Amino acid sequence: MELVVFYVAAAVAVVSALVAVSHRSPVVNVLSLVVTFFCVAVNYALLGASFLAAAQILVYAGAIMVLFLFVVMLLNAPSEQPTPEPRPVQRVAGLALAAITGAGALFLLLAVRVTPGVAPIDGNAVALGRLLVGPYLFAFELISVLLLAALVGALVLVKRKH
Amino acid sequence: MTTFFVVATAAKLVLFLVGIITCGALMVWVERRMSAMIQDRIGPVRANAGPFRLWGLVHIAADGLKMMIKEDFIPRRADKLLHALAPMLAIFPVLVTFAVVPFGPTIDFGHLGSVNHLGPLFEGRWATTLQVAQVDVGLLFVLAIAGTGVVGAVIAGAASDNRYSLLGSLRAASQLVSYEVTLGLSLVGCVLVFGTLRLEDMVLWQHHHTWGVVVQPLGFVLFLAAAIAESKRTPFDLPEGESEIVAGYFVEYSGMKFAAFYLGELMEIGVLACFLAVFFFGGWDVPFLRADGIHLSLPMLGAKFWAMPHWSVVLLQLGAFGLKVCGLIFLQMAIRWTLPRMRYDQLMELGWKAILPLSLANVAVTAVVLHALR
Amino acid sequence: MPYVVKRPERDIWEQSYIPETVRGMGVTLRHFFRNVIGRRDTVTILYPEVQRPYPPRFRGLHRLTQRDDGSPRCTACMCCQTACPAECIHIVAGSYPDGHPLAFVEKYPAEFWIDELRCVFCGLCVEACPCDAIRMDTGLHARPVEARPHLMYERNLLLSITDAKGDVLTANPRKK
Repeated sequence: MELVVFYVAAAVAVVSALVAVSHRSPVVNVLSLVVTFFCVAVNYALLGASFLAAAQILVYAGAIMVLFLFVVMLLNAPSEQPTPEPRPVQRVAGLALAAITGAGALFLLLAVRVTPGVAPIDGNAVALGRLLVGPYLFAFELISVLLLAALVGALVLVKRKH
Repeated sequence: MTTFFVVATAAKLVLFLVGIITCGALMVWVERRMSAMIQDRIGPVRANAGPFRLWGLVHIAADGLKMMIKEDFIPRRADKLLHALAPMLAIFPVLVTFAVVPFGPTIDFGHLGSVNHLGPLFEGRWATTLQVAQVDVGLLFVLAIAGTGVVGAVIAGAASDNRYSLLGSLRAASQLVSYEVTLGLSLVGCVLVFGTLRLEDMVLWQHHHTWGVVVQPLGFVLFLAAAIAESKRTPFDLPEGESEIVAGYFVEYSGMKFAAFYLGELMEIGVLACFLAVFFFGGWDVPFLRADGIHLSLPMLGAKFWAMPHWSVVLLQLGAFGLKVCGLIFLQMAIRWTLPRMRYDQLMELGWKAILPLSLANVAVTAVVLHALR
Repeated sequence: MPYVVKRPERDIWEQSYIPETVRGMGVTLRHFFRNVIGRRDTVTILYPEVQRPYPPRFRGLHRLTQRDDGSPRCTACMCCQTACPAECIHIVAGSYPDGHPLAFVEKYPAEFWIDELRCVFCGLCVEACPCDAIRMDTGLHARPVEARPHLMYERNLLLSITDAKGDVLTANPRKK
């Protein structure tokens, strides 16, 4: 049962991710990205990481994708026209990067023994909270300062124009 | 996974889905008749099935029939796929969030007649909780799914090829994103007090202690305001402000697609009423009623106890939940027909400058008080 | 001297909106409950079945009043035609021959046309008439027709229209 759900979700995630990068219409791209996020969230939930699944939908599918949609609509981006050939350097560099990343992923898949990690079904959020304000408190606070800096920076950039 | 579990879950799913959709249809009638009564009119009473008019209830059937046989109009330059997808996306979060609402306590079909000494939530061979899905992070699940509702509105506006729609969906997107923050933050106080994210445990806490509205009065007001903004109803109905942008993001919808938006909005009221009841009004909790019967302790009469069979306790608690939901729906309807629409800058100011800081303050004060009490 | 716009001063109690909202909801719910369980204040009239009575001075379609012998009271004096701002009245006068019992009246309308589509229902024709021959006390609306000529009302039709009580004579006791 769970295996079936996993394979369906994974397949849909891969397909919609492909659509997200290949389709012409920007709105469809964004929407298929939402589908990808949902499928990934389903897989998180299957692994017992329900907090992560909820956060995935809450943050990515809910907030960030809406922002994307907002931008796409505001700019009213036309469907992508076939662009002139990219520079050969870009093409070579892109291929090389893809090869390296692919090789790394393959290496990880082959070399690392994946044990199905079973998170505690209960108290998922509690455990995560304890970790965040316990051992990882410094990193957690640092990230919030980073986000705050980004927020203030955005405000300053907007203010300067007026 | 036992057969009983599968059958019970399927039965709960069907029952709740049928219930929700019937509730949405009924809400059309409630809204029209109630607004009429408030404005000294009598509302729609014309539709009749033979000699029966049923105070205008037949209008539900008439409206449904009309919606079904109406032309499904799609603008020529609209994106056909997205245009069809948007109403589904708009109605999806409403139907899904219902799954985690705890409608009642555990019901044990094996011991309906006997007195239940195990407490409201227990496990047993023939026992099932009156909740479709018990999610570990229930509250986050609700917020996450509710947050995707904006996608439907945005897609509807973008796919309609209509400027009013686009304006409406822009308004909807910015309004929903703004108030979503408060929606979550106003509940953090509740989470702190109840000490859990599971909705059924929240109700349990209120069952054992006191209702959420007593310990989180400010949270209740903030959540109510944010929730009404999330459901895009007056005084926050700018995304569909008729006098300015016709009907906002669903201008270009007709027939059943329009009905999906309309029913979705009305069912959202029902969902919000459920969540208000669960977070702030004790869910299925009836004062003085425990799982085994009524416990009364009055200062003059002393402690009294009447044992009650399991079935009657569950029935009472289910009825109490229904009553609370009806009352909260009534409250939302009354607010909708009382307040005028806000201006857009007022909306944003209320959201970012008033409600959000207040909810942050609520979280801080709650945390400090809880720490001091511990 | 700059003009200072007076902003409404609200205390924190009013600015919190909540008490004011509650007050407003009180009004709303008072109406609601009064209409649902108490006496009904609803003002709706279920139109085709229930009709609002018209005031007695309501100006409806015209009629030409008759004498007791059934002849038109109108003497074709052209006063109404002259007074009409919409120019919707057209009269062709005829004269009674000598020896006719009504010969002392001299004239009668051989033709009397009112274009009810042009008429603005101002009532000036009624005011202008010295003989109380044209009245608008029928209580009727111009009914829907399929072609414009159907609303060109002619002499005999106008004579046959009765007032709200079904009388073809003048309703003015002074003129009787």
